[in-house]
Amino acid sequence: MSLRDRIRGSQFWKSVFRHPAPVDRKNRMVVMLSNIILHLHPVSIRRHALRLGFTWCMGGITFFLFIVETITGVLLMFYYRPTLEWAYNDMLSLRDVVSLGVLRELHRWGAHAMVITVMLHMYRVFLTGSYKPPREFNWVVGVMLLLLTLLLSFTGYLLPWDQLAMWAVTVGSNMAQAVPLLGAEGPGQQVLSVGGVDMITCTSDTRFVLLGARIVTEETLNRFYVLHCVAIPLIAALLMALHFWRIRKDGGISGPL
Amino acid sequence: MSGKAEQQPQRPAADQTRRGVLGAICTAVMGLGLLVLSAAGGLWAAATARFMMPNVVTEPPSRFKAGVPGDYPAGYVETKYKQQYGVWVVSDTYRGRRQIFALSTVCTHLGCITLWQESEQKFKCPCHGSGFFRNGMNFEGPAPRPLERFAIRIADDGQLEIDRSRTFQEELGQWKDPACYVSV
Repeated sequence: MSLRDRIRGSQFWKSVFRHPAPVDRKNRMVVMLSNIILHLHPVSIRRHALRLGFTWCMGGITFFLFIVETITGVLLMFYYRPTLEWAYNDMLSLRDVVSLGVLRELHRWGAHAMVITVMLHMYRVFLTGSYKPPREFNWVVGVMLLLLTLLLSFTGYLLPWDQLAMWAVTVGSNMAQAVPLLGAEGPGQQVLSVGGVDMITCTSDTRFVLLGARIVTEETLNRFYVLHCVAIPLIAALLMALHFWRIRKDGGISGPL
Repeated sequence: MSGKAEQQPQRPAADQTRRGVLGAICTAVMGLGLLVLSAAGGLWAAATARFMMPNVVTEPPSRFKAGVPGDYPAGYVETKYKQQYGVWVVSDTYRGRRQIFALSTVCTHLGCITLWQESEQKFKCPCHGSGFFRNGMNFEGPAPRPLERFAIRIADDGQLEIDRSRTFQEELGQWKDPACYVSV
């Protein structure tokens, strides 16, 4: 028996790869559907799915960038501490001292690129009319993913804790106190009052919940860190799963009529 | 097939069979269970929302002492309370009357911290160039309204006491309130 056959007939191999390499269509489907990685893509796709001039592949690139951001982000987390004392210095040391110092820049450029590609993806979907029935709900899910992408950018922007970060978040979070009903300086702020006592004050409005304090400070840094690394990516992952599920159930990426 | 309808037995009403009554009880219990579940879910959501609001914040105290009125000659701007409290203590005239008052350092445009330029005798915001006169009135740049004042009074020991928890806005006519200035 050749070495190849001996390996392929071994118990180890057969336990990991349950089916032999496919030689015909039926076996191909069996291999694809029983493999956790391979089953993420459909067994076969329509020809129009490959028309880059039509699809632009921007959705796929955005997802790829999300994976890049997750991996680079997790690696950065090993050397970053979200405290007033260490945040800025850790960012500098990631750049100058830690090996593969370009990782921080990759994370940052990836974030910029992801915002651009997600906008291009939205533009493409609009131009090709791929939001029309039965795909309306998927468009809504996509818009929610766009908002999450922008929120990821916003929360991540604070983490270097430099002047640019602090003031950008100060200005941005000031918008949260102008929210109707739930903002301390927004319209209808007094609507939510119980027995004459204001429920929404500068220590109980959306801005306070967002910042964790009345100004951008250490509590804000921690909040934004948790939002950026855990909360928003989890919600984004769930919505992406729904987004891709919908596309799959609609027969794959939409093509020209 | 016309005869078949007459041969079918008469179905008694649902509340007259054991199956019907048991079914109704089960539906009621399920409905109650769903109600309790949604109530619990709603309570949980409300409790989580309340959880996200911190009960403790670390800030410098809102009230602090700022020396005696004698420390503030006419036209003087005290800058030493800017870093910790975010306050300019100023002796100037407003509507012809000499006053000592406490201005907020926060620019009314988008919230950056203003700087006092001694040589130009104005407050300048480094973000977008808003300019304010010594008495806090805006005169250049994108700031839409004057700097806000904090409550100020003379405490029992004769010192100026500033309370940052009360603000006064000039454009609402609140600078006429004697709680926001000390006459000199």
